[in-house]
Formats: sequence, structure tokens, C-alpha cells
Amino acid sequence: MTLLEERPEAGEEAVETIWRDAPGLAGFFSTVDHKRIGMRYIYTAFVFFFVAGLQALVMRAQLTTAEADVVSPEVYNQLFTMHGTMMIFLFNTPVLAGFGNYILPLQLGTRDMAFPRLNAFSYWVFLLSGIFMISSLLIGKQPDGGWFAYVPLTEKAYSPGINMDFWGLGVAFAGISTTVGAVNFIVTTFKMRAPGMTVDRLPMFVWSILSMAFMVIFAVPAVTVASLLLEADRLFGTAFYNAEQGGSPLLYQHLFWFWGHPEVYILFVPATGMISMIIPVFARRPLAGYTWAAASLIAIGFISFGVWVHHMFATGLPALAMSFFSAASLIIAIPSGVLFFCWIATMWRGRVEWTTPMLFALGFMLIFLLGGITGVMVAVLPFDWQVHDSYFVVAHFHYVLNGAVVFPIFGALYFWLPKMTGRMLDERMGRWSFWTMFVGFNLAFFPMHILGFLGMPRRMYTYPGGLGWEALNVIITVGSAMFGLGTLLTVVAVVRSRTGGKPAGPNPWRADSLEWATASSPPPHYNFEAIPIVSGRHPLWEDEPVRDAESGDDSATRAYGPEGAVRRETPVTTGLDADPEETMTIPGETYVPFVLALGLAVIFVGLLVEATLVGIVGLVLAAAGLVTWGWRTEADLK
Amino acid sequence: MTLAAAEAVTEPSRSREAKGRSIAWWGMAVLIATEAMIFATLLSSYVFVRAASKEWPLGHIEPPELGLIWFFTAILLGSSGPMFFAEHGIKKGNQARLRLGLALVSIMGASFLGFLVYEYHELEFGIRDNAYGSLFYAITGLHGAHVAGGLLMIGMLQIKAWLGRFSAERHETVAVIGMYWHFVDVVWIFVFSTLYLSVHVS
Repeated sequence: MTLLEERPEAGEEAVETIWRDAPGLAGFFSTVDHKRIGMRYIYTAFVFFFVAGLQALVMRAQLTTAEADVVSPEVYNQLFTMHGTMMIFLFNTPVLAGFGNYILPLQLGTRDMAFPRLNAFSYWVFLLSGIFMISSLLIGKQPDGGWFAYVPLTEKAYSPGINMDFWGLGVAFAGISTTVGAVNFIVTTFKMRAPGMTVDRLPMFVWSILSMAFMVIFAVPAVTVASLLLEADRLFGTAFYNAEQGGSPLLYQHLFWFWGHPEVYILFVPATGMISMIIPVFARRPLAGYTWAAASLIAIGFISFGVWVHHMFATGLPALAMSFFSAASLIIAIPSGVLFFCWIATMWRGRVEWTTPMLFALGFMLIFLLGGITGVMVAVLPFDWQVHDSYFVVAHFHYVLNGAVVFPIFGALYFWLPKMTGRMLDERMGRWSFWTMFVGFNLAFFPMHILGFLGMPRRMYTYPGGLGWEALNVIITVGSAMFGLGTLLTVVAVVRSRTGGKPAGPNPWRADSLEWATASSPPPHYNFEAIPIVSGRHPLWEDEPVRDAESGDDSATRAYGPEGAVRRETPVTTGLDADPEETMTIPGETYVPFVLALGLAVIFVGLLVEATLVGIVGLVLAAAGLVTWGWRTEADLK
Repeated sequence: MTLAAAEAVTEPSRSREAKGRSIAWWGMAVLIATEAMIFATLLSSYVFVRAASKEWPLGHIEPPELGLIWFFTAILLGSSGPMFFAEHGIKKGNQARLRLGLALVSIMGASFLGFLVYEYHELEFGIRDNAYGSLFYAITGLHGAHVAGGLLMIGMLQIKAWLGRFSAERHETVAVIGMYWHFVDVVWIFVFSTLYLSVHVS
């Protein structure tokens, strides 16, 4: 570090210049700031959320009355396929990654993620894969083989159009983003923690992101393989799933659900992490049973890999195998129950303030309780056979994936957006939004349990009258419209807060974790001028105010003090005890991640339209990106 | 930032007393875990389809020959040797050992890849013939792509080594890419056992 003297010493403005992105479009495409990337993740994911939500409302319009004619059966197939696909791949998964991106480095007390450029790359891949899939809507050829795309229906012979290719290629493309993001979360958690933040002091949200990231690492390869083999069958005429040529349609289901069930927990676990941050803050006491709750998050991560076959109970597998998976599906209720009791005990022993985030947390708990109970029910084989492919299953997974994931996400918006934008969201609007969503949700999804018992099958575009299904279907449609309206109220609250919201200040909720210890909301570019020293599990609730670390003069500690912020550096620490180890220079702005992601997108488009030339252009672009990236291993040459 | 300053931070400097592994090492380790899952999934698929088949290979295809492949397996696995040689060399600041080691790795890896292409030409079945053919080409092809990717990275290391970018203090990239290369070698043990050896044991 020979030229340090030329750099500014401490003067505020000079430090700002080092961190600030280039103005306008240049900075937009080249930023590596985890906060900008995190916000983008959240906003982009919400765009997909509303598109997928609208698709659900069109489906409800079609199902409100018997033998309605709002959309054709073909369009209906496209709607339910893309509704599920977008909600899972383009909303739930990335929006949680967005919160992780923004909050995790702040909670760990560091100045960025471990791989800031990789972080930018994973956002660009997410955005481009989303555009890739949603472009099927624009040309009216959306995937139509169900969001899990079972073969043989989705093989070329039975789904000849381009529709399912959008799905098969898009899923593999989006998986790259999830995987790369998980690598980043794991390494950041292990190597970038503030001094004193030993593993037993990690915030619950960090535990949940860590558990989620490990599940991603081991589960996502299965869906990547499943979808790419499907595409190989479709595009190149291979025989992986073709029974006539010795392939196995059942193999597809195994591969898909080996990812598919952990995926439920990949979504649910970070949501519980959000809840575990919100409840203690508003109950004004530490989470009861911290160790048990953290252990439960890890246990869920492991057990989630032993339950996938419960999606295949109706495929005629050997009884012994099914009993094993049925048992595992029951066992996974135990760690979920432990978490639940931790939240109840926290509220019981605390004095609860009924703010909007807390309302969403409570709503989440009630809904998750029901979704959990129906989950145990469908884990029991004889019961599952009764309700298989009926609306009971639709009710169950919406209680889990909508209720127990979307409600925490909305709670987290009200909780953390003030940190991200510096302005509070309107509490009154928040309460309106919550109650509209909560009532609407239960009106929409509770009657589906009953419809399931009455025998209404899922995934059908209409039904005959006189079966006793009409009244319930009307209630469901009204409820879903109400739910949609409730989400819009939050949009209004967010938009209004950007201009007229009350200034949030650094810690509006008097919360405990380090993201609230930054000097301002939104935090400065460098997060912390000096890295905070952690002396307990709840740094901002200790008797002493948080102390700032000071820089030493060796390579392990030179970035702890304000000097680190001046030099665009951040400390790297040991895995378990967060002892100083070395110093990392945070790379500057770069277009390389965008170019690489764009190259990949062009490759996938080439495969989609089966144009070799386009594929080669993409390969060249991606290779150029990779080589440039590899060449500048640790710092950008400006 | 001037070029000199940028050069100075091109390769992260690690204090000699650093206790743990570097960030790059961790990143590569996690990436390898997820890559290993891809191979595990594909090999499981192979076993799954085989278990459900009355004959294997399907459609009267001959089991893969076990002649030359033994020799090239030895070449590929052996290429981990010069990789270690190069890593240990640069740890002591020995540029010549680094360059020589990397050159040997490249030659051995490339000859393995060359044999794969040759074998594809010789094989009498195609990827479309049946599920056996599809699985055989998919798994060996994916492994071949990993060898090719590794060779590209080692090529880049090679250029950097000749430019003198590495030293006794700064050589983390060598260790991390070395780890990837060892992984590609280890995966071949599983691919070779499943796709070649196990077919002869029925």
C-alpha cells in the first residue's frame, strides 16, 4: 500500500467520493454496493409479485361461477403455471435474498458482502432470468405444464410449443442467481463479522439466512439438473425421461422434489428469521430460547432433505419408502413447533407494542399454525390419498407459502424499509393494509380446505354447477380481491413514505441488532465509519453504548477504525470467534458482472429460439466477462 | 488510483500468521460443494435408471471399453501431482516450480480432454439412442466441460505466473484454482467407477 498518502485522511466529503457510485446510468449498471443491490432485489421481486398476483385474480374471475368463460382452458393452464413459477422463482426466493443482501452485512457489522461483484452478478442474473420468463407472457406463449412441469406432459411430443422451453431454461438460469447468492451469504457470515460477534451472538436473521443458503447449495443443483435434462429431451431429442427409450418419468419427479421440498424451507426459514427479529423488538425483550431457536433452524435445514417423497405418495412407491418419508414429514413439525413456542414465550414474557410489523408477525403465526397443522395432515399417507390433487392441497400450500412467507415479508417491509429509505411508513395505512390482507387471505384460502373435501380438483379451468361449490367459490374470489387490495395499500404506504414519511432516524424501533447502529438511515455508503465492537447478543440493548473498534497497524486490523472506511477496506475475521485475520479491499464499480450475466442471457435466448449463432455470441460475451473478471482477481484497475 | 497502487492490491496479501482460510478459499469450497451435488444428482440418476432397466447398457450397446481409459484416468488423477508441486513451489517463492508445475497440469489435462473427444468419435452409440446413451454423454460431457473450464483457469494462472504476479506472500489464487482442479480429478473417480467399472460388474 504505497500510495496511501495520496488518499484522503478523514474529511467526510472525501470519504464519500471514494464510495459513491458514478451518477446516472453508469453507476446503475456498475454498482457493487450491497445496499443498492438489496433494494433492487426487493423492488424487482415485487414487480413480479404483482404480475403473478394479477394472474391469480384472473383465475379467480374464471372460477367465480360455474362454467364461466372469462379465459380459455389453454390460457388458464398458462395462468396457473406462471402464477406458481413466478411466485416461487421470481418473488419469494429473490425478495428474501434482497432482504438478506441489505440487512445481513449490516447485522454482521461489516462494510459489504464477501464478494461484492458476485453479488451484483446474482442480481443481474435474477433480473435477466425474470425478463426471460416473463417475455413468454408478452408473446402470449406462457409455460402451461404446471409449475412443477411433470413429464411426460411437458415432453416435446405433448407440449410442442415454445412455452415450456421458457420454463425449463428460465428455471435453470434463475438457479444460477440463487446459488451464487447463497455462496456469498455463507462466506460473508463466516468471514466478515464484527469483533466480539461469536457464533452464539449471531442475530436470528443471520442464522436463518445461513440455514437457507446451505439448503440452496445442496438442493438447487437437483432442479437445475431436472430442468436441463428436460430441455435436453425437448431440444436435442435425448431420452432421459422418455420411457419408450428406457428413460424414467419418475426420475424427473425425484429430481424436482429433491429440490422442491427443501425449497419450501428455503422460503420459510428466512421468513421465520424476520419474525424472530421483529417479535423481540416489539415485545421489548430478548428472544426466549435463542439456542433452541437457532438449533431448530439448522435442524429444519437437515430434515428438509428427507421429506421430498411426500409429494409423490400417489406414484406407487414401495410402502417402506413412503413410511420413511411420512415419518420425516411429521418429525419436521418438531423444530417448527420449537420456533413457535419461542415466539409465544417471548411475547408472553414481554410487553407487546402492536405496531404494523408486529401485527404481520401475529398474523403470520396464526396462519402458519393452520398451514402447519394441515401439513401434518397431508404427511399422513391415507389422508394424503384422500385429498391428493384437490383444493385441500391448494389451501395448505397457500397457508404456508403465502401466509407464512408473504406476511413476514410485508412485516419486514414495515420494519426495515425505514432503515433503507430513512422514512417511516404510515402506521395507519399499515394497519389497514394488514387487516385487509389478513381477512382477505382467510376468506380466500380457508374455504379451499372445504372445497377439497367436497372433491373439487385443482388445476381445472371450470366446474359444472349443482355440486355445492358455487357459494364457496364466490367467497374465495371476494377474499382474493380483498387480499390484493390490501397489498396495494402497502404500495400506497411505501410510495407516500418516500415523499412525506416521517424521518426515521438511525433506530426508530429502539431495536437491538447492529443494522440499527449505523449513523443514519439510510446508512452511509461504508455502513460503519468504524466497525462496532459486539459485547453481547443484543448490542444496542447492552448497558454500555456500542464501542467503536480502532485500526491497528498490521494487515489484520488496519481496517477496523475510520481509516478502513477511508481506504474502502473491511476486515476479514476467523470463522467461529470473529478474530481479526486479514483485510479485504472492497472492489470498485465494474460492468463485468453485468456483461457476464448478459452473456448468459444471450446463451439462454439462443437455446430458446434454437439459433446457434445467438448462442455463440452469448458464449463470447460471457467468456469475455469471465476472463476480465479472472484477470482482475482482487481489485479493479481503474 | 494509479496503476502501481492497483497492482499492489491485485493479489490479496495475507499475513503469515493468518489463522484460517481466505475468503476466496471459502467461496471456492462452497462452490465445489454445489458442483459436487450436480454430479451426485446425475450419477444417482444413472443408478436410478439402471436399477429400473432389465439390461444394462440398454439396447445391446457394448459396455465401455476398459483399455486406454485406464491410462488416461491415471494421467488425469496424476495431474494433481504437478498441481501440488506448483503450489508448494510458490509458497516458497519458487517461480520456476510454479511455471513448470502449471505447464505439466495443462498438458496432462489437455491430453485427457483430447482422449474424451477421440472416444466420442469411436463410440458406436449416440446421445439420442436411448437413456443409457443420454446419461453416458451427459455425465462424461459435463465432466469434460469441467476439465475444460479448469484448463482455462490454469491457462490464466500460467500467464499471470509468467508475468510474475505471484510470490511467497501472494499466491492465494493458485491455491484456490488448485483446489478446483483437485475436485475435478476426484469427481472423475466417481464418474469412472460408475460409468465404466460398474458396468463390467453385473
